[in-house]
Amino acid sequence: MRQADLRLFAALAAGALFGIGLVVSQMTSPTKVLAFLDVAGAWDPSLALVMGAALLVTIPAFRVILGRERPVLDESFHLPVKQSLDPRLLTGAALFGIGWGLAGFCPGPAVAALGSGQADPWLFVFGLLVGGWVAGRIPSRG
Amino acid sequence: MENFTPLSASIGGLLIGSAAALLLWLNGRIAGISGIVSGAVEGHGTPRGWRWMFLGGLVVGALVALLAGEQPLAGVTGMSGPLVITAGLLVGFGTRLGSGCTSGHGVCGLARFSLRSLAATLTFMLAGAVTVFVVRHALGG
Repeated sequence: MRQADLRLFAALAAGALFGIGLVVSQMTSPTKVLAFLDVAGAWDPSLALVMGAALLVTIPAFRVILGRERPVLDESFHLPVKQSLDPRLLTGAALFGIGWGLAGFCPGPAVAALGSGQADPWLFVFGLLVGGWVAGRIPSRG
Repeated sequence: MENFTPLSASIGGLLIGSAAALLLWLNGRIAGISGIVSGAVEGHGTPRGWRWMFLGGLVVGALVALLAGEQPLAGVTGMSGPLVITAGLLVGFGTRLGSGCTSGHGVCGLARFSLRSLAATLTFMLAGAVTVFVVRHALGG
């Protein structure tokens, strides 16, 4: 089998594992997410453990993986190149946080929940695509 | 804290981290969902096939997990449709402008000790908490 085809299967497997993790951790439940962000109310710190446990894997794993010359199924790693902090990054992160705090969805759980049989993930992902498209029209100066 | 679920949160986190490590190890790609979505839909002149496969896996994996275990509030915001769309617009606009979301910056970027990802993660966590505070407590929602 060609390497390009194997990459598709690898992406499918990684996506499925990611989706299972989002459901198991309950990131797919917006009420759970909002309870995590509600530090002044009945705060539920569970989701801090999701990121913590994920980093427990990725910090050592990335260190080992990025020590390789190349990934298993491709010629080189595809990593972000920007290094500097700029207004776009911080403005974008702030707007993202506001939207996250309004509905309790971030992109991964919203896409993962498209199969939940609920309408909200579809409405959210519609907005996500339109918002991303609009932001993509803004010319970057860097 | 009666809803604290440390075990399932930790197991879920380990699975998410493993998925991100798997994608980097095999394909050399960062598991940043916002970037994968926009790249799948709009292209950006980069390969799109693996992005659609990843997103398909995401939906199917979540569906299987939902069928395997009860999670009645999955996908339910309890908000009005227009508010959910507005939240989506803000998240889509913001993650594109800010080059990433919870997964790309929070799980992958922090693991690479990226200063940009650390700044972004602190910013969206704070903005999310402030938003919930304003909606639930200041406005008395």
